[in-house]
Amino acid sequence: MSGYRFRKNAWLTVSYVLLILIAVFTIYPALWIVLSSFRAGTSLFSETLIPEKWTVIHYKELFEKFQFGRWYMNSLKISLTTMVLSVFFQLLTGYAFSRFRFKSRKSIMSGLFIIGLFPSFLSLTAVYVLLLNMKLLNTHTALIMVSSAGAAVGYLLVKGYFDTIPKSLEEAAIIDGASNWGVFVRILLPLSRPLVVYMAVTSFAGTFSEFIFAQTVLRTEAKQTLAVGLFNMVNTQTSTEFTVFAAGSVLVSIPVVVIFIIFQRLLVEGLTAGADKG
Amino acid sequence: MRQHRITAATLSAVFMGLGQIYNRQYVKGSAFAAFYAFAVYFTIANWHHAIWGITTLGETQQKLVLVGKIYKPVKGDHSIFLMIEGLIMLFIFALFAYLLVMNAIDAYRGGKLRDEGKKLNNIKQTLRYIPDKKFAHLIITIPLVFVFFFSVLPIIFSVMIAFTNYNNTHEPPGKLVDWQGFRAFKDLFSLSQWAHTFFGVFTWTMTWAVLSTFTTFFGGFAVALLVQQKGIRFKSFFRAIYMVPFAIPAFLSLLIMRNLFNAQFGPINSTLLKFGIVGPEWLSDPFWAKATIVIVNLWLGFPLSMLLIIGILTTIPRDLYEASEVDGASAFYKFRKITFPSVMFSLSPILIGQFAGNINNFNVIFLLSGGGPTNSEYQFAGHTDILITWLYSLSITNGRYNFAAVISIFLFIIIALFALFSFRRTRSFREDDLLR
Repeated sequence: MSGYRFRKNAWLTVSYVLLILIAVFTIYPALWIVLSSFRAGTSLFSETLIPEKWTVIHYKELFEKFQFGRWYMNSLKISLTTMVLSVFFQLLTGYAFSRFRFKSRKSIMSGLFIIGLFPSFLSLTAVYVLLLNMKLLNTHTALIMVSSAGAAVGYLLVKGYFDTIPKSLEEAAIIDGASNWGVFVRILLPLSRPLVVYMAVTSFAGTFSEFIFAQTVLRTEAKQTLAVGLFNMVNTQTSTEFTVFAAGSVLVSIPVVVIFIIFQRLLVEGLTAGADKG
Repeated sequence: MRQHRITAATLSAVFMGLGQIYNRQYVKGSAFAAFYAFAVYFTIANWHHAIWGITTLGETQQKLVLVGKIYKPVKGDHSIFLMIEGLIMLFIFALFAYLLVMNAIDAYRGGKLRDEGKKLNNIKQTLRYIPDKKFAHLIITIPLVFVFFFSVLPIIFSVMIAFTNYNNTHEPPGKLVDWQGFRAFKDLFSLSQWAHTFFGVFTWTMTWAVLSTFTTFFGGFAVALLVQQKGIRFKSFFRAIYMVPFAIPAFLSLLIMRNLFNAQFGPINSTLLKFGIVGPEWLSDPFWAKATIVIVNLWLGFPLSMLLIIGILTTIPRDLYEASEVDGASAFYKFRKITFPSVMFSLSPILIGQFAGNINNFNVIFLLSGGGPTNSEYQFAGHTDILITWLYSLSITNGRYNFAAVISIFLFIIIALFALFSFRRTRSFREDDLLR
């Protein structure tokens, strides 16, 4: 028996070592960028991981040399609006496909699904001309429209989730005189909290990170988003603004990480719900 | 018995709304008629220009005309604008035609009810009928219109581009673009350098998709098993740390990684140098660039798989394991017979989705290596370019729009075949009434 216990303890030790190694692997880039943002000088190169001279000047420079506050507001505005719109579109489409039977329902479902597979930026040129004709270039409206327009193609997750909610609840409500809309708002939505949170966070994070369309549609620096602004800071071989970029990264990551921590439980639930019902 | 249905349908087919008025649905009928008047006017006003534009793609080229002493450009036709505008118009006309047919059918139904001596809905009843019985149509219309304008239309547009000579030598507004049938398809596969690039990039795209999907899946699986073991403490602490890559916005992580792996100044190589090791040229050596991308992607992607798998692990009934322990099964046997199949059962649709997503994983390649290092044997592509980033540099950077369009059609077909085949069989898509 002692041999068994020894083997077991040895394995546990190995497991801890592995877990710690993986933790280092995971956390190192984040740690490095945080420390870099406090390092004096502008260069990427550094002798040590921990700065020899600490400074907060880079955080100041973000707002003085760049329009960082502006970019931040732009990104927040675009991502939040897109989030609301696309979650709404996805829920509506999912509800329609899950609860109603109508002509050509299956073909619309397959059609949407296939469209969703088409790499979105292939449509860049066409979207550009469309926006030009609608006189929407260099506006945030354009970016919001482009990013939320395709939301309906993500109906599958919602439909799968709604499919598992028993119909008897709604039938009772309908007998009590609830409309279709009432069923949706009062019964299905409250039951889908993890799903809604999951979709909202992924949509927000997606738009927040979106780069190609933002760069094409928004032409002036004042309209730029964080993704484009930060990309331009380090898109040179020498990365001469590296420490400022690091400071920017920290400021961008903090709110997102906080959101993830707050919603951690719901997010995991939403994720696994989607997986289970895929 | 009079045949109201025929009369009503014919009237409505000739002039929208007439049939409804004939059926004494006056408000509905007048609304339809007003719409019809507008539609006819719109069609007459735009028909000629739209058809001309989309068939010829413009006839007058931009020229320089001597004004006084200097040459000034005189605006010609812009082929690409003509094409998209023509396309939109054609769709609007088709929509009108569809509505006309639907309106005739509606009039026919109304007439039939009258023939049978039943009463028709008045306007109040109609307005109440729609949100009740046509609710699904009502709520998917707006999302679908958006999808149509920003996804379907651009897709058709890029398919059309593949049949033109739209490239850097025929670029509006300076030059006109013409239809040229399947030339671009033939050129792409017969000009040896292009064909070589295509197959090279295609092979790497597939290798990349397989590698990235498998590494993140099995990486996440291994970590999930490690964390969830019996006897491990601080589980939630470890899980929280492993969530970090999932939480940081991906574009930032990628830009950070790009600097981390900077061969000259990055911290990885300077640390290695302290130990007397000259680190590899992470992102400028063809082999290492590919390896770096896969490693970084593992970093980015394993938390998601881990979270999913932990979720599934908790749902596996404990008595399954207990029963097999009684039978003396080894840990590996339990894994092979219980854990792995359960995870695969729930996750295979997601894996397929991830695979398809990785084929088109633009961000990772573009932000990390930008497709580089350049490959002198390739046309406008580097060693780590996958089809989608190659497309980007072909069209946006180098103006070979028609070739890019051909490749995008090809790419689309691969993914669509692959995904349709597998998704058709997932539970959510198969008829779902059984589930309730």
